[in-house]
Amino acid sequence: MATKVFMEALSPTMEEGRLVKWLKNEGDAVKSGETLAEVETDKAIMELVARGDGILRKRLINEGDTAPVGTLAGVIATADENIDALVAGAAGAPAAGASAPAQVVATTQESAGASSVPRRPEESQGEASTPPQQKVADVPPAPPSRAAAPAAPAAGAPAAQGDVRSSPLARRLASERGLDLHSVQGSGPNGRIIKRDIEAAAAAGAAAPRAAVSAAPSGPVIPREGDFHDEPLSQIRKTIARRLGESIGPIPTFYLTAEYDLTRVMEMRKAMAELGDQFKVSVNDVLLKATAVALSQHPEVNAHWLGDRIRYHNRVHLGMAVATDDGLIVPVIWDADRKRMSDISREAKELAKRARERKLRPEEFTGSTFSVSNLGMFGIDQFTAIINPPEAGILAIGTSEEKLVVVNGEPVVRNRVRVTMSCDHRIIDGAVGAKFLQTLRRLIENPLMLVY
Amino acid sequence: MASFDVIFIGGGPAGYVGAIRAAQLGLNVAVVEREGLGGTCVIWGCIPAKALLEAAYIAEKLRKAPEFGVTPGEVKLDFGVAMKRSRAVSTQNSKGVEFLFKKNKITWIKGTAKLTGKNSVSVKTADGKEEKHDAKKAVVISTGSRVKGLPQIGLEVNKKTVITSDEALILEKAPKSIVIVGAGAVGCEFADVFSAFGSQVTLVEVMPNILPVEDADCSKEVERAFKKRKIDVLTGAKISNVKVGKDAVSMTIEAGGEKKDVKADVVLVAAGRAPNIEEIGLKEQGVQLTDRGFIKISETMETSVKGLYAIGDVAGPPMLAHKGEREGVVVAEVIAGKHPHLFDYTNVPGATYCHPEVASVGLTEQQCKDRKLDYKVGRFNFSANGRARTSGETEGFVKIIRGAKYGEILGAHIVGSHATELIHELIVARTNEYTVEEVDLAIHAHPTLSEAIAEAALDSLGKMIHA
Repeated sequence: MATKVFMEALSPTMEEGRLVKWLKNEGDAVKSGETLAEVETDKAIMELVARGDGILRKRLINEGDTAPVGTLAGVIATADENIDALVAGAAGAPAAGASAPAQVVATTQESAGASSVPRRPEESQGEASTPPQQKVADVPPAPPSRAAAPAAPAAGAPAAQGDVRSSPLARRLASERGLDLHSVQGSGPNGRIIKRDIEAAAAAGAAAPRAAVSAAPSGPVIPREGDFHDEPLSQIRKTIARRLGESIGPIPTFYLTAEYDLTRVMEMRKAMAELGDQFKVSVNDVLLKATAVALSQHPEVNAHWLGDRIRYHNRVHLGMAVATDDGLIVPVIWDADRKRMSDISREAKELAKRARERKLRPEEFTGSTFSVSNLGMFGIDQFTAIINPPEAGILAIGTSEEKLVVVNGEPVVRNRVRVTMSCDHRIIDGAVGAKFLQTLRRLIENPLMLVY
Repeated sequence: MASFDVIFIGGGPAGYVGAIRAAQLGLNVAVVEREGLGGTCVIWGCIPAKALLEAAYIAEKLRKAPEFGVTPGEVKLDFGVAMKRSRAVSTQNSKGVEFLFKKNKITWIKGTAKLTGKNSVSVKTADGKEEKHDAKKAVVISTGSRVKGLPQIGLEVNKKTVITSDEALILEKAPKSIVIVGAGAVGCEFADVFSAFGSQVTLVEVMPNILPVEDADCSKEVERAFKKRKIDVLTGAKISNVKVGKDAVSMTIEAGGEKKDVKADVVLVAAGRAPNIEEIGLKEQGVQLTDRGFIKISETMETSVKGLYAIGDVAGPPMLAHKGEREGVVVAEVIAGKHPHLFDYTNVPGATYCHPEVASVGLTEQQCKDRKLDYKVGRFNFSANGRARTSGETEGFVKIIRGAKYGEILGAHIVGSHATELIHELIVARTNEYTVEEVDLAIHAHPTLSEAIAEAALDSLGKMIHA
C-alpha cells in the first residue's frame, strides 16, 4: 500500500506551505517519522515527515514552490508498486486541491478537545471498570451532531466543514486510541477517514494515547506501562523546542529584575470597579498597557534582531504568552500602546480564549515586536522568560501580592509585583534595559501617567 | 483500419460497462465482441439462469399454493418453454446493451481480436476478413472465462451427455436424471432448476460443503433444503470409473465413506472456469500472468505492459459479473485520467440464486477463525420473522459476524428468500465501515424480511428483541 505524502497543516492555521528543500531524493528509502522535506509555513520552517515506510518514489512539489495544504507532495511506496494512478490523480485533481485546504482549515479550527467523536459521560467515566464487550454493547456512538460543531469561519469552505469525514469504525478506533481525527489524513471517498487511515496514523506514531489513571504508588516502583505515556511531539512543541533552543543558544541574554509597587494600580482598579462591573480591569491589563506605553517611549527595546541588522519598530505590537493544552502560543495585541485599557482588557481576554481553543488566525500570533509572559496566576514570585526571537526582549511578570516593605523608615504592607526582563544583549545593553524598566516603574507606580 | 482512444476486447459485463463509462468520459471507444453484447453474463450465465430459476420458483410456489387457499388446476412443467423464455430475456438484455452502445456512440467491432501491439489489434470478422485497428490511449482485455471441463477424471465435455451450463441453458427438456459435478453457485442453481422440472438430480462436490466459498452454516442450510426436495447431495466426494456412453454416463462416487454407482442421462460439469487468455497475443506482447493463469494487473488494472489493461474474469477471481463491471468503471476512469476510488476487493458480494438464495459479503466464520479474529456472531432465523411467515418462506437466516471490540461487520451471510436483495443493506454498511450499531440505529420497516438483519445485528450485541 502506497503512502501519500501531503502538504500537511504544520501549524494550526496553515493554509499553504512553501517547499523549501527536499531532504530525500526520489528512490531513497524512508522510514515513518523521518523528515522528508522542509516546509515554510506562515509561522516558521517546519519538517514534513513520512507517514509510512518505503521508498520515496515521487516528489510532486518542486523546491521553492508553494502549494495549498492537502496537495499531494509525494508518494512513498515499495520499489515495484505501481503508483501511476496516484501520481496521475495529483495532476488531475484541481478541485480536490482547491477544496482540501479549506476543509483542513475548517477542521483544525475546531478545538482539539471537541473531538468529532461525541463521548458520552459514562464512556469517559469508569472506562477501566467496564468490560470492553459491555462497552461496545451499551454505548452506541451518538451520530456526529453537526449542530454541535462550531461553524467554521473560513469563507467558501465546503458544506461539511464542521465535521471530519470519517467512518463510524474509524471514529471508534480513533476514540479508543486517543487519536485526534483532525490529525489523520483520510483516504476514503472525498478524504473520508476510514479504518486503514487510523491504522496508518497509529503505526506512524501519531497516536496520542489519553493519560491512563493509575493507582497512587505505595512506594518506590519501577515505571511500567500505564504509569506513564509517551506522546509524540506535536508541531507546536517542535516549534517551541527549536525556536527556544535557538534562543537560549545563540542569543546572549541577560536578565534585569525590578519590583514595582502596585498601591496606585490597586487604588485605580478599586475605583474603576466601583463605577461598575463593565469598568473592571485586571492588574495584568494595566501591566500590558504600561509595558506597551513604555515600549513606545523606548524604541531601542522595541526591536528585532535580523542577523545583519536591527529593526527598530515604531509601532508597538505586544505579544502575550498564553498557555494552552497544546503548548505555548503568543497572540499579539496590535498597536497596544495606542489602545485604551478597556480595549486591551477585552482583546487580551478574547485572544487568550481563542488561543486555548486553537482558533487563532496566523496574523493573530505573528508580528509581535516585544512580548510579555505572566505566571503570576501560578504564584510565581519571579522568573526569567525565554526571548521570542527575533525580539529584543521579553518581560516576565510574577505574582502580585502583599508584602511587608519599608516606606519612609516604617514597615508597611504594600501590593508588589516583580518583573524580570530578558534582554538580547546584541540589541540591548544593560543600561538601556534598566532605563526601560525605570520608565515602566514610573508608569506602573503612577498609573495616571498612562492617560498622560 | 480505424483509430479509437480505447479498444475493449470482449463485450461482457466488464468490457461493456467499461466502454460505456469511457464513452461518457468523452473517449472514442470500440468494443470487439464476436458473439452478442453482454457476454457470458447476459447470454450464457446470470440472466438466462435467473429466468429459469424464476420458473423453478413458480413451480415450487404452486406446489404450496393449496395451503394458501389457491389450488391451481393441473400444473404442467415444460422446460422447453421456460428455456425459450429465458432466451428471450437474454436477447432482450443483449439488445439493451446494443442500444446503450448506440446511445453512447460506441463502435461494436464484430469479430475476434488479437493484439498486434500494445496499442493495436487485428480483428478477424465472421466472414474471414481481417481488420486492423489502433487505440491511442489504451487496449483493455476483457475476454472473460469459460467452463474448463474435467478431462482428468474422464469428463470431457461432448455437449450431449457431458455438458456445461452453456448447453444446459438451451436444453429442450429437462433430463430424467442428471449428475451435476461441482456445487458452487452454478451447480446449485442448476440443481434447483432441474429438480423443480422433475429431474432426478445428484449434486456432487469435492469439498466438504456445497457452496464452498460461502459460510458453512449457509451451505448446510441449502444442503438441508435440497435434501428435503430429494436432491441427492454428495459432499467430500470423489468421482472415479467414469464411462461416457451415447445417451448415458455412469460413474462411481465415493462420499461419506460410501461408494455408489450412479448412472444419469446427462452430466453437467459445473466445476471450475478458465480465463480466456489464449490466442489474443498476450505472450507476444510480453503480458505477465499470475501463478493461477490469470492476467496479472496493478491496482489500476494495468498489465505488465504499459497502456494495456485487463479487467473481469481474465484478470483474476472472484469471477463475478459485478466485480468485472466495477473494474470496467475503474479502468475507464484511469484511462480518462481521472482518479477513481480504487477497487476494494474485500467487499465484493457473493450471490447464489437457488432456493433458498444465499448472499454474503466479507469473511466467513471459518475465515475469521483462521485469521484469529476476536468476533461475535449474531443470527436471526426467518422462522421468527413475521413477513417470512406470511409468505411461507421461513427457511434460512441472517448471520452477522462482527468484531468483538469495535462492532465492525467482518462478514454478513444471508440464506433465504430474497437473500440476494437483502444483503445490500449489509454491503452498504460494511463498505462504509458502519458497525452493527449503525445497522440497528436505522429503523427497519415492519413487517419486512429486512427486520431479520436488524435483529441479527442486535443479537450480535446480545440484545435481540424477538428472541
